[in-house]
Amino acid sequence: MLRPFRLEEPESVKEASEALARYGDSAKVYAGGTELLLAMKEGLVHFECLVNVKKIPGLDEVRRDNGSLRIGALSTHRELERSETLADALPVLVEMEHNVANLRVREVGTLGGNLTFAEPHADPGTLLLALDATVVAQKAGGEREIPMNEFFVDAYEAAIEEDEVLTEIVVPVPGANAAVRYRKFGYLERPSAGVALHVMADDARRSVRDVRVAVGCVGPKSMRVEEAEAVLRGKSLDEAANAMAEAGDIAGRAADAISDLHGSAEYKEHIVKVLLTRAFNDIRAELAG
Amino acid sequence: MADTGRQTLPLSFTVNGTHYEIEVEPHELLLDVIRKRLGLTGAKRSCDVQVCGACTLLLDGRPVSSCTLPAFEARDKDVLTIEGMAQDGKLHPIQEAFIEYGGFQCGFCTPGMILTAKTLLDENPNPTEEDVIEYMNGNICRCTGYKKIVESIMGVGKPNAEAS
Ligand SMILES: Cc1cc2nc3c(=O)[nH]c(=O)nc-3n(C[C@H](O)[C@H](O)[C@H](O)COP(=O)(O)OP(=O)(O)OC[C@H]3O[C@@H](n4cnc5c(N)ncnc54)[C@H](O)[C@@H]3O)c2cc1C
Ligand code: FES
Ligand code: FES
Repeated sequence: MLRPFRLEEPESVKEASEALARYGDSAKVYAGGTELLLAMKEGLVHFECLVNVKKIPGLDEVRRDNGSLRIGALSTHRELERSETLADALPVLVEMEHNVANLRVREVGTLGGNLTFAEPHADPGTLLLALDATVVAQKAGGEREIPMNEFFVDAYEAAIEEDEVLTEIVVPVPGANAAVRYRKFGYLERPSAGVALHVMADDARRSVRDVRVAVGCVGPKSMRVEEAEAVLRGKSLDEAANAMAEAGDIAGRAADAISDLHGSAEYKEHIVKVLLTRAFNDIRAELAG
Repeated sequence: MADTGRQTLPLSFTVNGTHYEIEVEPHELLLDVIRKRLGLTGAKRSCDVQVCGACTLLLDGRPVSSCTLPAFEARDKDVLTIEGMAQDGKLHPIQEAFIEYGGFQCGFCTPGMILTAKTLLDENPNPTEEDVIEYMNGNICRCTGYKKIVESIMGVGKPNAEAS
C-alpha cells in the first residue's frame, strides 16, 4: 500500500531545489521511483511530497564532450543500454547496463536514481569508480562536481544534499591502450559481488602504466581499492598476471564484506578474487588482440 | 485540490485504443487504476516488487511493472493490456502461438509473458532462442518450466509440427 503524497512537478533544477528546500526532509526527489516507491510501499519511509524531476528538460541526454561522456542523470538504464554514443565510446558501460535488474526496471529506473540511492547491491557505481567518473549536483545556489570516490558514504547514503539534484555523470573516455571490465556474480535478484578493473597499458601494451580496481556489493558501499592497484601498477602484464591472487586477496579484504543472504563474508572475498582475475584475463586478451 | 484536501491530477490517456479522461491521486498505482477503475483484470498483482512480471503493461510500447508505477505516469500515453491484443475478435499471433505450443498452464503469468514477447518481437523480429531466454528473464512462471514459453515465442507465425 502506498500512502498518499503530494506531487510537485518543477520544470527547472532551480525550482526543484527550491521545492526540496521548502519541504525539508519531508520531500524527496522522484525519478523512476523503482527504489523510492518500493521503500514507500513497504512503509519503510514516507514523504509528504515527491518532487518529480522528469519534467526538467535536458537531464536524459548522452553526449560526447571532448574526451568525456556526459550522461544525463535521468537517463534510464534501458536508454544507456541502447545508446549508440555509448556503444561507440564506452562499450563496457553498455554491457554493464544491459545486465542491470530486469527489463521493466531498466525501462523506468535511472542511472542517477541508482547512484543516489546507494543500495550496496548495485552495479554502476563500481564501474564508474574504476572509470574515474565524477557526478554533477545542482541546487538553486549553484553546482558542484563530486568525484565518484567521494560519492558513496555508506549503505543507502550518498554525498548529496537534501536540496540538490544530481544532473550529470561525467566519464572520461578510456585511452587507446586501456581496457576496462566489469564482472559480477549473483543468484538473487540483485548482484552479490561486482568488480571493475581498468588497466591503462603503456604504448607497447606490455606493462601496467596505471590501474583502477573497484569492488561493490559485498560490503556496505562500492569502493576503490588503492592497495590492490599498488600491487599491479608498474608491472609487466606477465608479472601482473602472477600478482592477481595477491591483488584479489587485498581487494576482498578491503571491501568490508559482510555475511548476509548473499553469502558469508569469506565466500564473498573469494568471489572478488575470482572476478578480478577473470577481468584481468579478459583485459589481457583484449590488449594482446 | 479535491474536497478531501488531497491533490488530484488529470489523467488523459488511451487504453487499448479507447481514450479516457479521469482524475487520479498521485499515489494511485497504474495497476489499480487499470484493474479496479477500468475493470481490465488481465494484468495481475503477484510479487508487488517489480520482480515477477505478472503486472506487465505496455506504456507507449515499453514494458513496465504497473504494480509500482504511479498512474499519473501514463499521462498522454497509450497503454496496451492483454485485453487489447486481439483485434476484431481475432487473437494476436503471439496468443495463437501460446495456444499452439502450450505456452501456459494456470495462465497467471501469461498476460505479462505475451506483452513482453510483443516488445521483444517488435524490437527483434527474428530472435534466437538465447535472445528469447535473455529478454524474458524478468518474467516468472511457476508452472511451465519455461521451455514451452520459449517454444511459443520462437513459434509465432509457425504451425507446431508436433501438435496433433
Ligand atoms: C527488482 C529489481 C532488481 C534490481 N536489480 C539491480 C541490479 O541487478 N543492479 C543494479 O545496479 N541495480 C538493480 N536495481 C536497482 C535499480 O537500478 C534502481 O532501482 C534504479 O536505477 C533506481 O532509479 P530510479 O530512477 O527508479 O530511482 P528512484 O526510486 O526514483 O530514486 C531513488 C533514490 O534516489 C533519489 N534520486 C533519484 N534521482 C535523483 C536525482 N537526479 N537527484 C537527486 N536524487 C535523486 C531519490 O530521491 C531516491 O532517494 C534493481 C531494482 C529492482 C526493483
Ligand atoms: S506484481 Fe508487479 S512485477 Fe510482480
Ligand atoms: S502458467 Fe502458471 S505461472 Fe506461468
